[in-house]
Amino acid sequence: MEEVPQGCPGTGSAQAGRGASCQGCPNQRLCASGAGAAPDPAIEEIKEKLKTVKHKILVLSGKGGVGKSTFSAHLAHGLAEDENTQVALLDIDICGPSIPKMMGLEGEQVHQSGSGWSPVFLEDNLGVMSVGFLLSSPDDAVIWRGPKKNGMIKQFLRDVDWGEVDYLIVDTPPGTSDEHLSAVQYLSAAHVDGAVIITTPQEVSLQDVRKEISFCHKVKLPIIGVVENMSVFVCPKCKKESQIFPPTTGGAEVLCQDLKIPLLGKVPLDPHIGKSCDKGQSFLIDAPDSPAALAYREIQEFCGLHQPKEEHLISS
Amino acid sequence: MSACFPLESAGSQPPLGSSTTCGPRVSELTEAGNLAGVQHIILVLSGKGGVGKSTISTELALALRHAGKKVGILDVDLCGPSIPRMLRAQGRAVHQCDGGWVPVYVDQEQSICLMSVGFLLENPDEAVVWRGPKKNDTPPGTSDEHMATVDALRPYGPLGALVVTTPQAVSVGDVRRELTFCRKTGLRVLGVVENMSGFVCPHCAECTSIFSRGGGEELASHAGVPFLGSVPLDPELTKSLEEGRDFIREFPESPAFPALLSIAQKVLIEAPARVP
Repeated sequence: MEEVPQGCPGTGSAQAGRGASCQGCPNQRLCASGAGAAPDPAIEEIKEKLKTVKHKILVLSGKGGVGKSTFSAHLAHGLAEDENTQVALLDIDICGPSIPKMMGLEGEQVHQSGSGWSPVFLEDNLGVMSVGFLLSSPDDAVIWRGPKKNGMIKQFLRDVDWGEVDYLIVDTPPGTSDEHLSAVQYLSAAHVDGAVIITTPQEVSLQDVRKEISFCHKVKLPIIGVVENMSVFVCPKCKKESQIFPPTTGGAEVLCQDLKIPLLGKVPLDPHIGKSCDKGQSFLIDAPDSPAALAYREIQEFCGLHQPKEEHLISS
Repeated sequence: MSACFPLESAGSQPPLGSSTTCGPRVSELTEAGNLAGVQHIILVLSGKGGVGKSTISTELALALRHAGKKVGILDVDLCGPSIPRMLRAQGRAVHQCDGGWVPVYVDQEQSICLMSVGFLLENPDEAVVWRGPKKNDTPPGTSDEHMATVDALRPYGPLGALVVTTPQAVSVGDVRRELTFCRKTGLRVLGVVENMSGFVCPHCAECTSIFSRGGGEELASHAGVPFLGSVPLDPELTKSLEEGRDFIREFPESPAFPALLSIAQKVLIEAPARVP
């Protein structure tokens, strides 16, 4: 992305290359020739590269810290338990890549081969790619500005050699930032099944979910549904329930009813989850009978079988 | 991130004069002496989302107010501004005057004022979709906001940064990077706060480490910065923030209260009165 001159009419406009502000811009001739109106060639390249990927699911959240990466990691783990299912997990949270830690892959390096970048394989059928693998030390700060982040997303989608994949799960950073726009833009030509939006029950999170849903509509990204995380806490000693994050405005249930979007499930708070993630293990294996694990399984089935309904596709 | 500005004296000028307008010209907020009346600037950072940074900012502001200080809060979270709701100030209008944007006073006594991009969104459900560079010279994005804010505040000699984490390794991992950012930008770290540090079951008093344990203290020790304290989970705190209530005033018996007060006290110790 080059610097645009002040008053740039826009590369797609009729004035492209012809306006007064275009004088001296390095792109002037290109724009004047009409080539500026052409889409980024990477979009087609990515479409080709991802032809071998059957299903693409974006995991979004409006708010940080609601368990989006935890969900992405465990969705990948769960789907990959079937040896015949090829699963890929892509972490595009450029500034806060949690996936390597959660998958027990901290310190792994990525390699380049003739056919592109090789993901790090946790299992034969579970490949992971994250910017976290490119940081040499866990203390390294990733302080990048927009265009460089944009370039990284493009590379991940275009140059990673995923091979034949049944499910590509994309873990995004929270909010409606450059990374989201980049991912959606580059995936727009390849068929994206849709987005799963993660929230916690409290209004401060739901507020951001509504914005996230609005973002999905704006960029025409279908919504598979919403997952409510950190729903209730069951005391391991007395087994009584507590609402640590009270759903003062009805939680995800009411939001989904109001906006007519499927509620995929509610996952309770469970100390096993944090412990397993710290160890880089799947809590579905560590605590298979916990209510949280059972909730995940149901949601996983839904994501595995789901075809987004027409009314959740392009709208507004 | 947010910046807490505890002030010593009222004065007649607005304590915070400038804007975090939709074009994120964070540099505007330090124009022409608008921060001249501000004694101490504390940045509340995290590096990880959802650890309770806005919560800690708000509670710190409330605690400092109870200690008799006048406080300003600048909420530069462009994509998810939560603080207006936490102080029951959502939907308030902001006005411009000759000196710049006038921050919103959240209480009758005018001891806490707030400026947030949340006030500038017409529809609270509107998505703020940023793509940069746009019409402004400061591209958006979490890291960009941080850099722009630190650069803009640097001439005013910020007291330092309060870094918030939760106990588990995944948060600590991100926050380590934030501490690197502080070091690289020469921002002094006042200390680490560990939020969501355990939950005491109201039925049987059993304490469970829901989000793992020990991460905050370990992080502080690894980075060689003070550990300011652990704040436990308390549903009353969450509810208070949803409803914009003053938790410090209303819930002195909460397990979170002593921790929050202790953090505020440590900040006050670090902030000697400036010689005029």
